[in-house]
Amino acid sequence: MTPVASRDGVLHAVRDAGLAALVAFGLFAPLVGLRTDVVEGGLALRGRWDDVAWLVLLAFVGRLALLLLAGRRLPRLTLPAPLARAGQYAAPFFLGLALLLPWLPFIERYELDLGILVLTYVMLGWGLNIVVGLAGLLDLGYVAFYAVGAYSYALLSLTYGLSFWVCLPLAGILAAFAGVLLGFPVLRLRGDYLAIVTLAFGEIIRVVLTNWTELTGGPNGLSGIPRPGLFGLSFTSEEGGFADFFGLDYDPVHRVIFLYYLILGLALLTNWVTLRLRRQPLGRAWEALREDEIACRALGINVTVTKLTAFAIGAMFAGFAGSFFATRQAFVSPESFTFIESAIILAIVVLGGMGSQLGVAVAALLLIGGTELFRDLAEWRMLIFGAAMVVIMVVRPRGLVGTRTPSIALGEKRAIGGNYVSEGH
Amino acid sequence: MSAMLRMEGVAANYGAVQALLDVSIHVDQGEIVTLIGANGAGKSTLLMTLCGDPRARAGSIAFDGEDITALPTHAIMRRGIAQAPEGRRVFPRMTVRENLMMGAEALGQPGDELPRVLALFPRLEERIAQRAGTLSGGEQQMLAIGRALMSKPRLLLLDEPSLGLAPLVVKLIFGAIRKLNAEAGVTVLLVEQNANLALRLAHRGYVLVNGRITMAGTGAELLAREEIRDAYLGGAAS
Repeated sequence: MTPVASRDGVLHAVRDAGLAALVAFGLFAPLVGLRTDVVEGGLALRGRWDDVAWLVLLAFVGRLALLLLAGRRLPRLTLPAPLARAGQYAAPFFLGLALLLPWLPFIERYELDLGILVLTYVMLGWGLNIVVGLAGLLDLGYVAFYAVGAYSYALLSLTYGLSFWVCLPLAGILAAFAGVLLGFPVLRLRGDYLAIVTLAFGEIIRVVLTNWTELTGGPNGLSGIPRPGLFGLSFTSEEGGFADFFGLDYDPVHRVIFLYYLILGLALLTNWVTLRLRRQPLGRAWEALREDEIACRALGINVTVTKLTAFAIGAMFAGFAGSFFATRQAFVSPESFTFIESAIILAIVVLGGMGSQLGVAVAALLLIGGTELFRDLAEWRMLIFGAAMVVIMVVRPRGLVGTRTPSIALGEKRAIGGNYVSEGH
Repeated sequence: MSAMLRMEGVAANYGAVQALLDVSIHVDQGEIVTLIGANGAGKSTLLMTLCGDPRARAGSIAFDGEDITALPTHAIMRRGIAQAPEGRRVFPRMTVRENLMMGAEALGQPGDELPRVLALFPRLEERIAQRAGTLSGGEQQMLAIGRALMSKPRLLLLDEPSLGLAPLVVKLIFGAIRKLNAEAGVTVLLVEQNANLALRLAHRGYVLVNGRITMAGTGAELLAREEIRDAYLGGAAS
């Protein structure tokens, strides 16, 4: 479509928009305009015609704008040079902020809890980034490994009384094992087909957790999960606790600060391992696998092992995050591990720019922190959430931090033949 | 002298489609052997079967006297065979250097072959930090061959290196193959549609028609054959 400029065109657009408004009226009049309220002795019909008018107006203006502006390219957001240069300080800045956060003056318990939540998702995003961003295996059931980690810790500590620090590696190993278990049947699948199977896997785990009542408590979940201590010091007010040992006044915030640093440490561990692996042959083999599986075979890469390690290591970090989740909540139930969690983690990875560590962290901050900020807006929150995602993908189609090595210009400098670029397939 | 590579009565399927029937070829140490044939004759399948993907349904494949018919692909590639696959298949978002290093690292090698590969293809050195997806077709082909060479193979499998390239670039690449064979002593099995060029380059050639070897001989012999000229050289030897 070309922009409609002539007078006839404008007339046509107005007529078209009028039609759209009429359709909108037809739709919204019964749906929005008429509302039944419960009054004493029955229902009363109430008209909400002002709302309908707004919606119809919105449809009219929207359609008109679409017609008149159609064909004009939307601007692609490129960072101005000074901002891009500032970008290289972003990672140290965020790291410093994260380390100092509990000591900043305006930080209260609520902000710390939010920080813990965001960091959990940063860690999950980094973990999934290994599978999706590096190895290019689209995993829609990542939350399954999170659940395995959480239930592993809950069951091990409740049944055998093992401490958090013993259970943490065990939960990681069990989740990695689940990763390999998922990996085997899907070795030959890629893209859409892989996505469907992983989606099903995530649901299977959740359904098993819901129905295996003797072990998992079913929908009631498991409660009374022990809290972690610091080298045997528990965060309680009793004698021999953390506060007592250090001669501090007991304050429940101590535990929150401890949990905050715990998840920060775990997240940084995930990041560190990912960055290290990327420089190793294994990490490069993952990236090569993402780019071209057949070429990998031709080079003699063991594709089976490479895929399984990606699943296993990605799952392991989800397992760590899961046991952290269990110990923080002191309660786990299948409701925490629904598909929407997988979707949010995947959204964080994609919005952040696949394979970019900083991008994932920023996306987690925006998505999780942002949704918290808009909590007052109640149901409008999800609308803003969705709209924000659409806007990000339109103006930055490759994610917030779309380039792995930003020093090399992509885009305008030289067109790349479509067959050689794997994005958007 | 026993052959470096020997395929004996090999048959292979792609799904339900019979792609190779009773193929027997051999490649001796230090040779360039070419395999020519029309689209869909089974040329690429033959190379892939040699690499164990798809697996041979019948017959045997031996490399250096060792039976490799039943080995998994990555094990076969570890025995000194490397392939530059059809359609080049470089890793587009990785740099030229990373692409080359993959060729060595995939087999756990340190990559000390890099200077020799860059000497063979100086164009790759100019583009060493560039993403492979931004290279021209010819450069990508050089990269694919260079990547295969990084593991110091004794047998190099090339699948249609001239595909979609300008004649001048093809000449450059074929020159490099000749040099590689003459100076570094790399044995080459070359699959080509461009029969004229391939037969001029190769010591020996095989003609594959509908999954069967129908003719074999030295490059010059095959070039002189009437049937070859009619079928693959458009009736006129140029």
